[in-house]
Amino acid sequence: MTRRITVGPFNRVEGDLEVRLDLADGVVRSAEVTAPLYRGFEQILRGRSAMDALTLVPRICGICSVSQSMAAVAALRAAGGVRPARNGVLAANLAHAAENAADHLTHFYLFFMPDFARDAYAARRWHPEIAARFKAVQGRAAQAMLPARARLLQIMGLLAGKWPHSLAFQPGGTTCAIDLGERVQLLSIIGDFRDFLERTVFGDNLDNVLAIDSVAGLEAWRDGRGSDFAGFLGIADDLALHQLGRIALPLMSFGAYQGEDAALFAAGVLDPSSAERTSFDPAAITEDVAHAWMRETSLLPMEADTDPDADKPAGYSWCKAPRLAGGPAEVGALARQAVDGDPLIRDCLARFGPCVTTRVVARLRETARLALAMHQWARQLDLAEPFLERGERGCDGTGIGLVEAARGSLGHWIELRGDSIRRYQIIAPTSWNFSPRDRDGVPGPLEQALVGTPVGDAGARAVTIQHVVRSFDPCMVCTAH
Amino acid sequence: MDSFDILWLQGASCGGCTMAALEGGHSGWFAELKRFGINLLWHPSVSEATADEAVAIFERIASGEQRLGALVLEGAVLRGPNGSGRFNMLGGTGRSMLHWVTALAPRADYVVAAGSCAAFGGVPMAGSNPTDASGLQYAAAEAGGVLGASFRSRAGLPVINIAGCAPHPGWISETLAALALGAVDTAALDAFGRPRFFADHLAHHGCARNEYYEFKASAEELSQQGCLMEHLGCKATQAVGDCNQRGWNGSGSCTSGGYACIACTSPGFETSQGFMETAKLAGIPVGLPLDMPKAWFVALAALSKSATPKRVRANAAADHIVVPPRSDPGRRP
Ligand code: SF4
Ligand code: SF4
Repeated sequence: MTRRITVGPFNRVEGDLEVRLDLADGVVRSAEVTAPLYRGFEQILRGRSAMDALTLVPRICGICSVSQSMAAVAALRAAGGVRPARNGVLAANLAHAAENAADHLTHFYLFFMPDFARDAYAARRWHPEIAARFKAVQGRAAQAMLPARARLLQIMGLLAGKWPHSLAFQPGGTTCAIDLGERVQLLSIIGDFRDFLERTVFGDNLDNVLAIDSVAGLEAWRDGRGSDFAGFLGIADDLALHQLGRIALPLMSFGAYQGEDAALFAAGVLDPSSAERTSFDPAAITEDVAHAWMRETSLLPMEADTDPDADKPAGYSWCKAPRLAGGPAEVGALARQAVDGDPLIRDCLARFGPCVTTRVVARLRETARLALAMHQWARQLDLAEPFLERGERGCDGTGIGLVEAARGSLGHWIELRGDSIRRYQIIAPTSWNFSPRDRDGVPGPLEQALVGTPVGDAGARAVTIQHVVRSFDPCMVCTAH
Repeated sequence: MDSFDILWLQGASCGGCTMAALEGGHSGWFAELKRFGINLLWHPSVSEATADEAVAIFERIASGEQRLGALVLEGAVLRGPNGSGRFNMLGGTGRSMLHWVTALAPRADYVVAAGSCAAFGGVPMAGSNPTDASGLQYAAAEAGGVLGASFRSRAGLPVINIAGCAPHPGWISETLAALALGAVDTAALDAFGRPRFFADHLAHHGCARNEYYEFKASAEELSQQGCLMEHLGCKATQAVGDCNQRGWNGSGSCTSGGYACIACTSPGFETSQGFMETAKLAGIPVGLPLDMPKAWFVALAALSKSATPKRVRANAAADHIVVPPRSDPGRRP
């Protein structure tokens, strides 16, 4: 017999979420994911002057405001034919990486790990220690992580004035040229960040951490180590988290952090089953509103409108259904690292496929890689050169801005007429991962990942559901925007 | 010490006020709350309780069974479509945030708006306000909002508006701590319900560009060091906040970051058009310092421009110091 339950409010995610599950024999048979908040940014932006987007779009999301700014900046660059100053690109990379790393730490310490401190696991051998460390609000780990996060975000004070919501990110670069003393401060913050990763998160030198290139190597490294990452790996083994949240959808990355010639993390699409990588084509992206509370519109973001209809009978979410070449795709740190060819993540995929464990490992692996890249970028800044290029910006045209936020691929599609915004469409990372069904009835990634999750007698309280949902690190405020 | 129990809810928010709050306190926000006896009954981003466990807390408060020190709302309240509040449902409850906010606010000793969205409507009210967004006790500068102009929480106060988008982490922690100490009365709030400890200052106070302002040595383009008021939209002489007296993320601020103050602590800031340009009438900025007669401003501006030292003029149009202050090698302190 199938019974339907509703889970919500879903907390320790960014924003709010509701999930409806059909259960039979203690297992999830199907799932429907609802984004319960719609603020209407695409409607709000219509008719505003082009540059006002830079004030409004960061406020789509407080946890990835720099990513939103960078997507708008990229779209304005594309529409207006602007080339940024090299220092501006490096400074934006630094701020963007600081945000993404802070997000990964926030996810691990505040959102994801506290579930293992729950009483549901009281019988597990590791529980007393994990509860003391990760109990929500009270655990010792957050007391160490919050000051480390605040210190890391001081990069924003130096390069972007403040966080969240900065106007420092501009088509020509960034507005804040730093001096020698400030460069030293920057390097000091990055050093403190690396110390925190080495002492607390990994319990090892980052070079050793990044030298691990296989699941077997990771298991050997983990044994006897007292760090938070090692603690997670132990729990993941004990609870077989690699069997939770498994799907095999294409993994997509728009490519992240511009460099002189190539992005730090490459763009592309990876088939997790065959490990075959193909190039990414922005023209293959569509958005479908069959089950969104939205009126029908073009499937192409550059031609689509956003027109809410709360009474649409087939609707069950404010989120539209983004599709790549007609099908759903998974995005996030896992996709980014897999597409880029990180050997450890590729081996995790070969062994387990995309699952709860692999998603969490990829996030922390990426955090370690970012710490090294940030140090490089801070050294590469040329303090004698400008941070902002002053070119004329075209006032008519269209542009697509594609960036990677912490949670995955973020796109802004903009159309300008006489320097005002004629159309603005946003597809956020969690719009991909938590999309509703499309016109063919194909469920989105989380909807697929929840199927098969064992819930036993716990029903809505099953902690397994919490692990699967949070493994994606959803940002619900971005999702429907 | 009795604990001061707080329920934090997110309406139509971006979550940025919480992200700011999490930066607060030298030993972290949780330690800071604990120091003042503040207990988070529930916060959507950090609490363990989920789904029906969380709903049970809301119901105990609504029924009066659980005492509530402060209801903190982050984000605007959406009234649309057609007054139903369905643009923002609280997951799992089948009810809108509009419902929950109006049910819980009368039960709280204090009602606190964290951020300009909850205070005045904020960014969701921009443009055509497609979701019929509002703040708790104001819709932009108009008193009323969702709770009504005459609303008073159980302690007899209007909604306490920690304005800002996002507010400074210190404004959030310090307001909550002051409430827990029982130290907030009507005299501690300004005319818009903003705590005066930050709202009695202007964002302009302490800006590193103050010398450029004095001489009306203005930046013509972004990333230059001159004052941002004349050409680049700075509203800090009209916006409340001690932004340039305490650092953001260490030592930052909007103007130190190279861009204008957009007056995010002011009701209706989101309706401005052209945030990065100064609106002018006959060459004079429309928004002048709040308590300065226009004729004076114009006269002083002309005078100070004529007296601008070469150093200040040159540096105003550069992105780093090109002419240092003159140092006299013969002088000893
Ligand atoms: S006030 Fe600003 S930071 Fe806070 S929720 Fe609203 S948009 Fe986000
Ligand atoms: S930039 Fe703004 S805050 Fe700074 S001195 Fe000029 S008017 Fe004042």
